[in-house]
Amino acid sequence: MTIPTSSIEQVIPGQGAMAQPEAGKPGKAKRRRFLFLSNRKAATGLIILGIYILLAIIGPWIAPFDPGARGADLMQGPSSAHWMGTTHLGQDVYSQLLVGTRSVIFVGFLAGIVATVLSVLIGVTAGYVGGKTDEGLSALSNVFLVIPALPLIIIVTSIMENAGEWVVALVIGFTSWSWNARVLRAQTLSLRRRDYVEAARATGERSWRIIIFELLPNLTAVIASGFVGTVIFAVLSEITLAFIGITSGNTWNWGTILFWAQGQQALARSAWWWFVPAGLAIAILGTALSLINFAIDEFVSPRLRSAGKTKIKTNTGRTVRMRIGFTPVLSNSPEPHTRARPIPAVDPHGATPVVREEATP
Amino acid sequence: MSEPVLEIKNLNVGYGLGDQGVRAVRDVNLTLHRGEVLGLAGESGSGKSTLAYGMTRLLAPPGVITGGQVIYHPAEGDPYDVLALSDERLRKFRWAETAIVFQGAMNSLNPVHKISTQLTDVLQAHEPKMSETSRLARAREMLKLVGIAPDRMDAYPHQLSGGMRQRVMIGMALILQPQVVIMDEPTTALDVVMQRQILGQLIELRERLGFSVIFITHDLSLLVEFSNRIAIMYGGRIVEEAPASAIYKDALHPYSQGLLGSFPALKGPRRELTGIPGSPPDLKGMPTGCSFHPRCPKAFDPCAGNIPVLGRPGTGDGRTRSVACWLHPTGEPVG
Amino acid sequence: MKFLLQRVAFYVFTAWAAITLNFFIPRLIPGDPVQALITKYQGQLSTQAIESLYVLFGIDKNGNVWSEYVDYWKQLFAGDLGLSFAFFPTPVSEVLSDSILWTLMLVGVTTILSFIIGTGLGVLAGWRRGSWTDGLLPVTTFFSSVPYFWLGIIAIYLLTGPDSFFPSGGGAEVGLVPAWDMYFIPSALQHSLLPALTILISSVSGWILSMRNMMVTVSSEDYITVAHAKGLPERRVALSYAARNALLPNVSGFALSLGFIVGGTFLVEIVFSYPGIGFQLFQALGANDYPLMQGIFLVITISVLVANLLADVAYLFLDPRTRKEG
Repeated sequence: MTIPTSSIEQVIPGQGAMAQPEAGKPGKAKRRRFLFLSNRKAATGLIILGIYILLAIIGPWIAPFDPGARGADLMQGPSSAHWMGTTHLGQDVYSQLLVGTRSVIFVGFLAGIVATVLSVLIGVTAGYVGGKTDEGLSALSNVFLVIPALPLIIIVTSIMENAGEWVVALVIGFTSWSWNARVLRAQTLSLRRRDYVEAARATGERSWRIIIFELLPNLTAVIASGFVGTVIFAVLSEITLAFIGITSGNTWNWGTILFWAQGQQALARSAWWWFVPAGLAIAILGTALSLINFAIDEFVSPRLRSAGKTKIKTNTGRTVRMRIGFTPVLSNSPEPHTRARPIPAVDPHGATPVVREEATP
Repeated sequence: MSEPVLEIKNLNVGYGLGDQGVRAVRDVNLTLHRGEVLGLAGESGSGKSTLAYGMTRLLAPPGVITGGQVIYHPAEGDPYDVLALSDERLRKFRWAETAIVFQGAMNSLNPVHKISTQLTDVLQAHEPKMSETSRLARAREMLKLVGIAPDRMDAYPHQLSGGMRQRVMIGMALILQPQVVIMDEPTTALDVVMQRQILGQLIELRERLGFSVIFITHDLSLLVEFSNRIAIMYGGRIVEEAPASAIYKDALHPYSQGLLGSFPALKGPRRELTGIPGSPPDLKGMPTGCSFHPRCPKAFDPCAGNIPVLGRPGTGDGRTRSVACWLHPTGEPVG
Repeated sequence: MKFLLQRVAFYVFTAWAAITLNFFIPRLIPGDPVQALITKYQGQLSTQAIESLYVLFGIDKNGNVWSEYVDYWKQLFAGDLGLSFAFFPTPVSEVLSDSILWTLMLVGVTTILSFIIGTGLGVLAGWRRGSWTDGLLPVTTFFSSVPYFWLGIIAIYLLTGPDSFFPSGGGAEVGLVPAWDMYFIPSALQHSLLPALTILISSVSGWILSMRNMMVTVSSEDYITVAHAKGLPERRVALSYAARNALLPNVSGFALSLGFIVGGTFLVEIVFSYPGIGFQLFQALGANDYPLMQGIFLVITISVLVANLLADVAYLFLDPRTRKEG
C-alpha cells in the first residue's frame, strides 16, 4: 500500500556498512539516545504517536456516546452536542473515531510485533548462519516480497469468515515481514565480518550469545525502523479491509466509519464530516510514524543529517550556501588568525621570541 | 629556488561554525615552486588533507574556508587568488591548472561509466572545440603514457585492478597538462611494490612534462625519497619546512624527529624505531601553546603557554628552512 | 546473462510458490461452497463444470491432495480457471481478460510515471539541499500517509459533479464499445485522469524521498569530488555522476515495492468504479466468488513478476557491474 520510504531499507551492494551506527561505549550510547529524542522529527512523531496510544487506551471511556447507538439527529453537521456530526442513523462520528482508535493501534502494533519477530528470526539467522540455510531463507523472503501482500491479505481474510482483529493482525504480520528480513540479513552479514564478532566466534562464544549480545544491539535502529514501517502498512491494510467490507462489523475502526460513509453516499449528500475526520486521523498517524522513521534514518546514516545550517553568513554579511564541490569562502583576507606579538626573551640564544595568541576569526 | 607557482597565504580552514566549529587548518603559509615536488607529511588528523581540499575549495560540507589566499601564478599572465574566483572561473581553473589524484583509488572513478568516457568528459568540458576523434586519441595517448594498454579504454572501473585504476587517475590528472598536481595519499591502498612503481613513473613524467607536485602522505620515508622539499604538519599548523635531505639528516622539530623515528630508513645507517608516544590532538580541544607539547619529549617552560611561530631558525642552514618550535626561536617569522 | 538467468529461475520458483499457495487457500474455506453453488443454480451447471469446480476447491471426495494438485496444474495449463460465480456462467479467464487491459493502462502507466516524476524531483531535492524542494517533503509525506482510496473519494467530492470535466467513475462513457477509435479513446482518457492523479499524488512521495536520500548518500562519494575537481559543468556532475549512481538502488527498490503499490492502486479502481482487476476483486468479494478471487491473485502475482523481470533487465543496462563480459 505504501512504498517503504526508509533509506536503510535500500541495501546498496557492497555498502552494507553504510547504515551502521558505530558501536559506542555505554555512556556514549546514552548520549546518542538522548540526541535521537532531541531530533525535531523524532520528537514530533513520538508525541503524536503518544497521543494516539493514549486515545487508544482511554478512547472508549471518554467517548461521549456509544458509537453504535442511534440518535434522533440524523446526518447533522458538527455541533456542540456532536463535535464531528452524526451518521444517517444518528450515531456520533466523534465517538466512533475515539472508540475506533483502539482497534487501529492494536492491529498496527500486533502486526508490527509479529512481523518484526519473524523478520529478526529469519533475517538474522540467514545472515549469521550463511550457506544453504541462508539461500533457503533468502529465497523464502524474496518470494514473500514479490507476491503482492495486500491482495493476498484481502483474499485470506475474506475466506475466513468474520475475521476479527486478532486474525487480521496475524495475517498482516505473517505476510509483511519479508522486506525487513531482507534488510536485517544484509546488515547481519556486514556485522558478522566485523572484528569483534569474529573475535567472539574465534573464542568459542555460543552463537545465541553472540547474536543477542553482539549483533542485536547494533541492529536496533534497523529493527525499529522496520517495525515502524510495518505498523504503517498494517494500519493502512486494516483500514482497507474494513473499508471494502471484509472484516466483521462488530468492532469499530476508522475503516468501518469510511465503509458506512461510502455505503450511505455520504459525500454525495455533502456529509463531509463523516469522511474527513477518519481520513485525517489516518494521515496524521501515518505522517507521525514516517517522521519517526526519517529520524531513525538520519540517526543511523549521518550523511542524511544536515550538519546544522545549510546557509551561513560571511564576515561581510553575505549569505553563502553550503554545497558540495564549492567550499564557501567566508573571508579572503590574508591576515593571520593568530596574532603575533613579541614577549620578553625566554630563549638562551638571545633572539626575540614571538608569542601567538588565538584570535577568534 | 625558481619562481613560485602556488602561494598559500595564511589559509584557515574549519568544519562548521560558531560553538560547534573546529579549526582544522590554521594560518598555513606554503609556497610551491615551479617544477618541484613538495611533500606534506603528518599523522591522520593533522590537517594535511583538509589543506589540500581547502585550497581547491573541494572540501565537503560542513567545511568552510575562514580566511587566507591561494595565489596562483599561471604560465602566462598575472597571478590571481583562486579562492576569489567566481564559480564559473573556478570550474575553468580546475583540472586545467591544478589536478588532483585522490586518496581512494577504488572510489575515485565513477563505477557506471567507461574509462574512456571519464577521460574524455574533462576534454569536453575544458576544450569544447576539440573533435570527438581527437578527444579519444588524446585519452588513448594518456593511457599509454601511464602504461595502460589502449584497449582498456572501453573497460569499466570494476574490471581494472587497484593499481591500474590509480594509473588511470594519474593519466586523467595529466590530460590537460596542468602546472600543479596535488596527490593525496595516492598509493596508500596499494601494495609496496606497486607504490614505488607508480611513484617512480610519476617522477619520470614530471621530468618530461614539467609540472609541480604537492605530495601528501603520512609516510615520511616515501617523501624523503621522492620529494624536493618537505613540510610537516601537526594540529593544523606547519611545524617545519625544509629540503628533504635536511629533514632526513637533521630534523629540528621534535615532532619531525618523532615521525622519522617511526619509519625504517630506506637508505643509510640503520636507526632505531621509536615512534611518538600519545595520539594526535582532538581538533575540538587543542592544547594551549605549542599543540605538540603534551607529547613532546623536549617540552620546556614556554611551550605550554605560547604558540611558537614558523620562522627561520637562527642556526645552520637557516636560509632554506623554517621551523615552529621554542627550541629554535626565531626573529624572522614567515608569511 | 548469468544474472538474468538466475533471476528468471527465481521468478519461476516464485510463480510456482504463488500458484501452490493459491491451490491451498481455498481448502481453508469452511463448508462446501460448490454444493452451495449447485443449489443456487439448480440444473444449470453441467457435470463437467461441477467437476472442474471440485478440483479447484479441493473437495473432491475421491482424490488425495497430490492427485488434486496435479489436476489443478492441468487445468491451469489448459487456461481453465473455473467459472465465475459473480458473472455466472462466464469463465474466470474471460472476466480477467476483459479487465486486465484497463488495469495495465491505469496502474501500469501511472506507476511508471510516478517513478519518473518522483525520481526527478528527488534528484533536485537531494542535489540542492536547502532549496525550495525541501518544502516538498512534508507535503508529500502527508499525502503518502493518506490512504489511496480516501484521497480518491475526496477527489470525487471536490472535483466531480454535473458540470465538471472529470467523470466521477467508470472506465469510459456508458454505451461506448471498447475499441481503438476516436470516440472511445478520448473518453477512456478523460475517465482515467482523476484516478491516475490520485495514484500519482499518493505514490510519488516515496520515490522523491528515497531518491533524495540516495542522492545525498552518493554526493559524498569520492567520484563526485573528482567530478567537481575536474571542473565539469554542474549539470553533468549532478546527472551523469550523482543521479546516475543514485538511480541504481532506486530501480531495484522500484521492482521490490511493486507488490506493495499494486495492492494500493486497486482501491482506487474500487472507489472510481474503474473496470479493472481491482474493481473485479471487489465484486468477487461481495459475491463470495472464490474462483475469480483466485484467478485475480494469480494474474496480479504473475504481472508483478513480469514487471520485476523488466526492472531487472533495466538494471542490467544501468549497472555495468552486473554485466559479465562475453
